[in-house]
Amino acid sequence: MKIVNCPLNGPRNISEFVWGGEVKPMPDPAKATDREWTEYLFLEENLAGDITEWWLHAPTNYWFIARRNTITDQFLETMTYDAFLARQPLASAVIPSGEAEPAAKPVTGGGDTGATSA
Amino acid sequence: MPFALLKYGLSREHPDDPHFRWKPDLKKTYDVVIIGAGGHGLAAAYHLAKDHGITNIAVLEKGWLAGGNTARNTTIVRANYLTPEGVAFYKESVELFRTLSNELDINVMYSERGHFTLAHTDAAMRTARWRAEVNKHLGVNSEVIDSAEVKRICPTMNVTDEARYPILGALYHPPGAIARHDAVAWGYAKEAMKRGVEVHTQTEVKKILIENGRAIGVETNRGIIHAGKVMQAVAGSSSHVARMAGLKLPIKTIPLQACVSEPVKPILDQIVVSGSLHVYISQSARGEMVMGGATDPYGLYSSRSTLDFKESLMGHMLELFPFMGELRILRQWAGMADMTPDFSPVMGLTPLENYYIDAGWGTWGFKATPVCGKRMAECVATGRQPDLIKPFALSRFSTFDLVGEKGAASVGH
Repeated sequence: MKIVNCPLNGPRNISEFVWGGEVKPMPDPAKATDREWTEYLFLEENLAGDITEWWLHAPTNYWFIARRNTITDQFLETMTYDAFLARQPLASAVIPSGEAEPAAKPVTGGGDTGATSA
Repeated sequence: MPFALLKYGLSREHPDDPHFRWKPDLKKTYDVVIIGAGGHGLAAAYHLAKDHGITNIAVLEKGWLAGGNTARNTTIVRANYLTPEGVAFYKESVELFRTLSNELDINVMYSERGHFTLAHTDAAMRTARWRAEVNKHLGVNSEVIDSAEVKRICPTMNVTDEARYPILGALYHPPGAIARHDAVAWGYAKEAMKRGVEVHTQTEVKKILIENGRAIGVETNRGIIHAGKVMQAVAGSSSHVARMAGLKLPIKTIPLQACVSEPVKPILDQIVVSGSLHVYISQSARGEMVMGGATDPYGLYSSRSTLDFKESLMGHMLELFPFMGELRILRQWAGMADMTPDFSPVMGLTPLENYYIDAGWGTWGFKATPVCGKRMAECVATGRQPDLIKPFALSRFSTFDLVGEKGAASVGH
């Protein structure tokens, strides 16, 4: 069992959490070109090493940011989205201005749809 | 004969054709450099040499021959997919697999067992009917059967309604088969090398050389190699290698765990899969129960094992096959699955000229080895995307023309 430190609920079993995917700047839906949408929707850095990504505590439907190492399988740090922005303002603004909640964020999720082989 | 064998065994020399004709030195230039000596890369090299007469090829491998996902899959071959594009593609693969032992002069132990995709809900039954109709339309043998028929064909399965998720029926695919995965790769390597292809292991590509928007070679830990064309076939390292070529892929690398039990006498003839329960099982030729489940719940570059995986797998497995309660796990492992958003592979041309990609093989790579090798070879040789793999081009993501194979990749439906 692995413990994730949720910024809202404290340390909880990882089975309560859903992987949300890489944090990437969302383009402005009104202005984005097809190319920008492709990039945002589908293309991944998929890095081996320290990464920053979205996680969801499913029972409380709470989205937050985690730093994780994808080689050692360790959670390095978790933080609220506000704390993340305060620390590292993204140049191209993660969210269109005026919207405080990262509502439609992890379109790229996928942790909840495990595929079996065979 | 026994005497000859004894004599051979006792003699100091063992004259025989070496299985693999290794060449120690790297040349400075090749017509084609293939990155990754797994099943796919080796099959592509073989078909380039055999079908297209291109033999000045180097297959470069960071590790050892077929030591990645070729060695880590669960060896299932089938064609009962959901999309017409997928069915047509895997159908050709099944046809190639059937004659592969002759083709490669090696016993790949191709064994047709029959393949069940169990349905535990009305929705899953509906998907099964859909798949059966698409399959039959394209000439692939699939049909929907009820639980009594499942029981008749596979008597060891628990089809009573006392289970937590009773079996309503199944999509039955008689040609579903298993094969010896290592032998497939070794066969391709052997036959390719016989035709002059060079395979170099312990040779890591560090950089893709690009000039005027085209790939012109690679830099390795053993020096620079120039190449007319470069192809990557590196499974779980796809994003990493593609980045060297300046490409960003629609891929997330997620571990897929599997395990085998201790070997027992033949008791399970078929391959049994349940998309809803995220389990699949077959019995190998040496008697081990080969089992796997869903991909891990999050991305990772680690083949570590988790208890969560085994707990969820075994819980369902014991309901399907109560006799499994007597068996012990012999070993377990994980492979790095490169998952795409639409559960279909990425094959063919890339925005970088003379650079070809074979990636996104998530949990469906082994069964595509022969057809992928054949069609990628055609693509590399002609510089054009063959019709059969047109739908799987990397460019489909920028035209929003995805091939949603989600239903058939046994994602819960």
